Amino acid sequence: MNARRNNKIATGVIIGLVSIVVLILLSLIGYILITGLPDVSFKFLFTESKAFAAGGGIVNQLFNSLYLLVLSLLISIPISMGAGIYLAEYAKPNWLTSTIRTSIEVLSSLPSIVIGLFGYLVLVIKFQLDFSILAGSIALMFLNLPILTRSIEDSINSVSPLQRQAGLSLGLSRWETIKGVIIPEALPGILTGIILSAGRIFGEAAALIYTAGQSAPTMSYTNFNPFSETSFLNPMRPAETLAVHIWKVNTDGITPDADIISSASSAVLIIVILIFNFGARYIGNRVYKKLTGDK
Amino acid sequence: MSEIKNKLLKPSKATKQDRFGRRISVLCIGLIVILVASIIFFIATKGMATFISNHVNPIKFLTGTDWSPSQKMTGALPMIVTSFGVTLLAALIATPFAIAIAIYMTEIANKKGSKFLQPIIELLVGIPSVVYGFVGLTVVVPAVRTLFGGTGFGILAGSIVLFVMVLPTITTLTIDSLNAVPSHYRKASLALGATRWQTIYKVILRAALPGIMTAIVFGMARAFGEALAVQMVIGNSALMPTSLVSPTSTLTSQLTTEVGNTIMGTLPNNALWSLALILLLMSLFFNLVVKYIAKRGQLK
Repeated sequence: MNARRNNKIATGVIIGLVSIVVLILLSLIGYILITGLPDVSFKFLFTESKAFAAGGGIVNQLFNSLYLLVLSLLISIPISMGAGIYLAEYAKPNWLTSTIRTSIEVLSSLPSIVIGLFGYLVLVIKFQLDFSILAGSIALMFLNLPILTRSIEDSINSVSPLQRQAGLSLGLSRWETIKGVIIPEALPGILTGIILSAGRIFGEAAALIYTAGQSAPTMSYTNFNPFSETSFLNPMRPAETLAVHIWKVNTDGITPDADIISSASSAVLIIVILIFNFGARYIGNRVYKKLTGDK
Repeated sequence: MSEIKNKLLKPSKATKQDRFGRRISVLCIGLIVILVASIIFFIATKGMATFISNHVNPIKFLTGTDWSPSQKMTGALPMIVTSFGVTLLAALIATPFAIAIAIYMTEIANKKGSKFLQPIIELLVGIPSVVYGFVGLTVVVPAVRTLFGGTGFGILAGSIVLFVMVLPTITTLTIDSLNAVPSHYRKASLALGATRWQTIYKVILRAALPGIMTAIVFGMARAFGEALAVQMVIGNSALMPTSLVSPTSTLTSQLTTEVGNTIMGTLPNNALWSLALILLLMSLFFNLVVKYIAKRGQLK
């Protein structure tokens, strides 16, 4: 009866390990939310940060994070769309395709600090973009491209081949089939992939420290001219994001209420990312239902 | 006649569109390949500058233990040892937990259990690394300080933070590889009278071994390249670690703290780029290992 006893012991051990992990996770999330949320107030969200005094807010950092996110998605979606379509529809199984796949795998496994340093070297110094939103959003694009390309390729591949054959047999060209039949069918998957990658970009800091910079200069939210120095839309200004802000107040040690700022900002980050995660699921389901007429 | 002939011989509008679309998609994929090539090229040339223009002996660079580039001492061994230390330790702690969760979710739990665990693991992937670093700084470091003495900063704190960070990576990939084991393996084993644990241990885990190893390598790659979370709890002094709780520095943390303080083209700066090159090479190495495992796994 040894085997049966071992079975019981093993099952017990496995359940024990799982419960330890669940406990760690719940207390991690609970810790962030419980220590952070009481300090999240309208005042905190909508006042500017202070480097040397207590009581600073995060309004500029929050806006910078969102602005960087939007800009980098704007440039990375079209490129990864094209790349995903190529891999799913045009790529033949030969050495060229396997080289392409390998290079995408390499890009996705590069540490984000290496991508950040590459961005610093090429964008900030060689192309003289300085520490700017533009340089930051391009660096984020580098991070985002492999993830998005893969998720777009997967969603296109999951479209049934019958759809493709039907499109082609109706006399549509290959491109028309892709554009009119396959992409709409793959759209829920693509959208989910985009939103999930947005969550990842939103919390990224290592790639931004040396590309978007570590300072958030005062800007005017009423100046809508993107070429003006003080405008909030100007892509050439340095922009510290929320995640970089958390890192900076903790490592600099000059802000007196660094603990409060970072715990509150962490809570804000987690909540935004939770929204992204749930949003991805919700929108994916909604679009799927809408497109397929499924009630 | 010639008009019709012309029309027939010329590509139609649909063909033109087709070619146009194809060209665009080739352009996009080409852009990515060029990007990867230039990342490798730029980091490699910058990283080699230490050895070519500053004439630092590469072997001394890798084995020296004194890091103070402004005084021409460029021994990167402390950072290399610490990077490998935190990576291995984190993978070592995370693997049993990850395998346990994966077994639980694929073999033991009912639908409710796995429905509860799935979103938690996904959320864990989504938590930004600075948040892990911050929690590490406010919870793990003080805890290590009271339990083991020292300042609390060091390899142990770094590994604990990384353990939580790589756990979801290893877990999700392990779940995938357990799910890929054909269900008739399970049925055959159970039909032979094996208990559930015997089936898991002797059949499923064996069959999924290449996948599990790939999962561990991916987790290690993530741990090795993680910068900010580690930087916040490792102590950031480029000294050889004397114990698990002595402040030290990883390749990534050294890069994060120092790149801004050095001047382009000087030895201190070039030496940092050489550290970045080591990171890049290790990331390529992890990729190769994954490829190798996949190939070996296929043959069986």
